[in-house]
Amino acid sequence: MNFDQTEEQQLLADSVRKFLARDYDFERRKKIVASAEGYSEPVWAMFAEMGLTSLPFAADDGGFGGGAVDMMGVMEAIGEGLVVEPFLATTALGGRLIARTGSAAQKKAILPALIEGRLKLAFAQTERGSRYDLAHVATQAKRAGGGWQLDGEKCVVLGAPCADKLVVSARTAGNTADEKGISLLLVDREAPGVVLKSYRTLDEQRAADIEFKGVKVGADALLGAEGGALAAIEEAVDFATALICSEAVGVMKSANDTTLEYLKTRKQFGVPIGTFQALQHRMVDMFVATEQARSMACLAASKADTAENADDRKRAVSAAKIRIAEACRHVAQESVQLHGGMGMTEELKVSHSFRRLTMIAQQFGDLEYHLERFSRLS
Amino acid sequence: MDLNYSTEELAFRDEVRGWLASNLPADLRDKVAEYKELDREDLLRWHKILAKKGWVAPAWPKEFGGTDWNVVQRYIFEEECGFAGTPPLIPFGLAMCGPVLLRFGSDAQKKRFLPRIYNGDDFWCQGYSEPGSGSDLASLKTKAMREGDHYVVNGQKTWTTLGHYGDWIFCLVRTDSGASKRQEGISFLLIDMKTPGITVRPLILMDGGHEVNEVFFDDVKVPVENLVYEENKGWTVAKYLLGHERMNTGRIGGSKRELAKLKEFAGNQVFGGKTLMQDVRFRDKVARVEVELMALEITNLRFLDQMRRTRQPPGADVSMLKIKGTEIQQALTELMMQAVGPLAQPFRPTNGSSDFDDFTAGLAPRYCNFRKTTIYAGSNEIQRNIIAKMTLGL
Ligand SMILES: Cc1cc2nc3c(=O)[nH]c(=O)nc-3n(C[C@H](O)[C@H](O)[C@H](O)COP(=O)(O)OP(=O)(O)OC[C@H]3O[C@@H](n4cnc5c(N)ncnc54)[C@H](O)[C@@H]3O)c2cc1C
Repeated sequence: MNFDQTEEQQLLADSVRKFLARDYDFERRKKIVASAEGYSEPVWAMFAEMGLTSLPFAADDGGFGGGAVDMMGVMEAIGEGLVVEPFLATTALGGRLIARTGSAAQKKAILPALIEGRLKLAFAQTERGSRYDLAHVATQAKRAGGGWQLDGEKCVVLGAPCADKLVVSARTAGNTADEKGISLLLVDREAPGVVLKSYRTLDEQRAADIEFKGVKVGADALLGAEGGALAAIEEAVDFATALICSEAVGVMKSANDTTLEYLKTRKQFGVPIGTFQALQHRMVDMFVATEQARSMACLAASKADTAENADDRKRAVSAAKIRIAEACRHVAQESVQLHGGMGMTEELKVSHSFRRLTMIAQQFGDLEYHLERFSRLS
Repeated sequence: MDLNYSTEELAFRDEVRGWLASNLPADLRDKVAEYKELDREDLLRWHKILAKKGWVAPAWPKEFGGTDWNVVQRYIFEEECGFAGTPPLIPFGLAMCGPVLLRFGSDAQKKRFLPRIYNGDDFWCQGYSEPGSGSDLASLKTKAMREGDHYVVNGQKTWTTLGHYGDWIFCLVRTDSGASKRQEGISFLLIDMKTPGITVRPLILMDGGHEVNEVFFDDVKVPVENLVYEENKGWTVAKYLLGHERMNTGRIGGSKRELAKLKEFAGNQVFGGKTLMQDVRFRDKVARVEVELMALEITNLRFLDQMRRTRQPPGADVSMLKIKGTEIQQALTELMMQAVGPLAQPFRPTNGSSDFDDFTAGLAPRYCNFRKTTIYAGSNEIQRNIIAKMTLGL
């Protein structure tokens, strides 16, 4: 047993934290969020320069060869800073799917550019009727000419508005909820027939609903084996889930820190409100919830890419997400409540942490979804 | 013991229900149902419809337009409005300033203000909280200095709900800084918001909406005749108002409507071949809230029964209606958001400026917005303190 971070992991997390403290304070973030693109290209370039975009990719693909554990500290820092750049969509979802399923040629066409910060990805998976079920894929891919024709609709595709390419799950055989018959296709975001409706999300990131209307791609757009993509999708989504567990710990830490500071400085009835025992216990419970969440984030990260088998991984990731979802809700609600009216305002960071935590609680499956999966595997 | 309404009470309920069904304008009903922002015109329009019917201020004495309904009828009326989904009646004039004037106002003040409040001629706001004085209201600093026939007011109020619509604001101000007890130097003033020296600035909440404001007072001249009750006795007025307010916080009709809506909505969400209401984990969550709401409704009726029998205002333990009522409202907004799963992630801020207009995209902002209910009107922590101290003697 050893919970120590390696020196390398520590250094990287520290450099990210330092960069964010200097160039990504809350006021800067407000400007980025309000900009037309909704993210900052210079920040993205800096992420690439610091090696964040290369972190989870194998050395053979030009990456650093890190796993989820190597990314924990970085994700926590990203959580503390409420970073809105599409890091998860590009590296943990889109990038991972290509790294895991792509041919040598496909990887070569995408990953070096991604690692250098020149290319962004998004993973188009969720559909109107799918809720959190990854096997629910109604979007169709049919053989056409020498390649494929794509028809269907995806929704809440995170990072899509700024992505260069989309990894799209589509059905090449079987019925909508079948586990077999799902394939992955790499599609240019600007290909004819790809229609985006872009918007902001609850946590101030950008996403889009996407319509694919007779979109034609070549045979080389197919990633991995035809009809056999579900396992890779589950793996990538579990990986991303493990990462947002660490991110959540960072967001909660930030929410707790500002709440604690508020309890010490806000005075009512002639004393700091932190002297009221009713509030002290609430603050303690938030702290405990965050530590419990941190423990489970460690478990998820340690199993995300090293589990003995898929069930072992799913069970650990679901366990973590259950605890994280509950902690997100608890810490988000209490941090606002303990700030009184100030907690409700757009002006304070704590309300933005609330929004990110509310989103994370549901992202990649809410509490009930993971309770169900965990119970099934236990 | 009989938990059912009497035949007369049922007849009364049907009358109210029938009238609301044919008099609530469809566009207002839809706006409420779709959780759209209601503007000043919307709010006053509904106010005026009720005023014309004679139902806008049931609790007021008959001579000022009251209905002579007993407490149970008043409750039934409110719950039916909530259940029908009417726009809210903004409480600041009708349920706050009005009752204060009725109890403490001079004849001249009653004559001048009450008919206008009744008819919705003026939009009223509540100027209590200040940046440094929220839960600890008695620490308020906004000053009013007497100079001849007027006061000069300087200071700042904050969290002023709908202050940007306001014509008038009732304020607690400090008229004696030297009083031995903080509560003794406070007065209750009515201030015309068009008076020079008043600046209203928006505060944007986390749902993107503009509903509260900061109000700044810079040498604002307020005629002495706008003082309610005696100088330095404003705390007595404020306390009277608090007692008046609390009975009104359960919002049971509104929650019943939201519950029904949630069930219908979740019943139409089909995933994996079954509806969300057939999903045991989700259904149990809904059932728990429903049972909480049933308990609250009966608790509320018990308070009403007691008031009817004793003809006394309720005791401090009605704070539990605020605690439970707001927790239920919050739980319902949360379940509604969860019911749509990932489709709650697109964000439609409540100020209407959005690139996304799906109903589902308004559910998360609504969940965010409802966090306010456990903070305002005496936070739920303060309500617990009240019960601890006044009811339990701790
Ligand atoms: C949306 C909204 C609308 C509002 N509208 C109006 C309005 O129209 N007019 C108006 O005058 N005011 C209005 N308010 C203000 C509201 O009444 C105050 O926010 C409320 O009284 C709490 O005060 P505060 O925000 O200063 O929080 P604080 O009093 O600073 O409280 C911070 C936290 O400490 C807790 N706390 C404080 N004292 C104690 C204690 N003794 N024991 C245990 N816990 C304690 C509180 O419960 C809270 O959790 C509104 C507020 C909101 C959010």
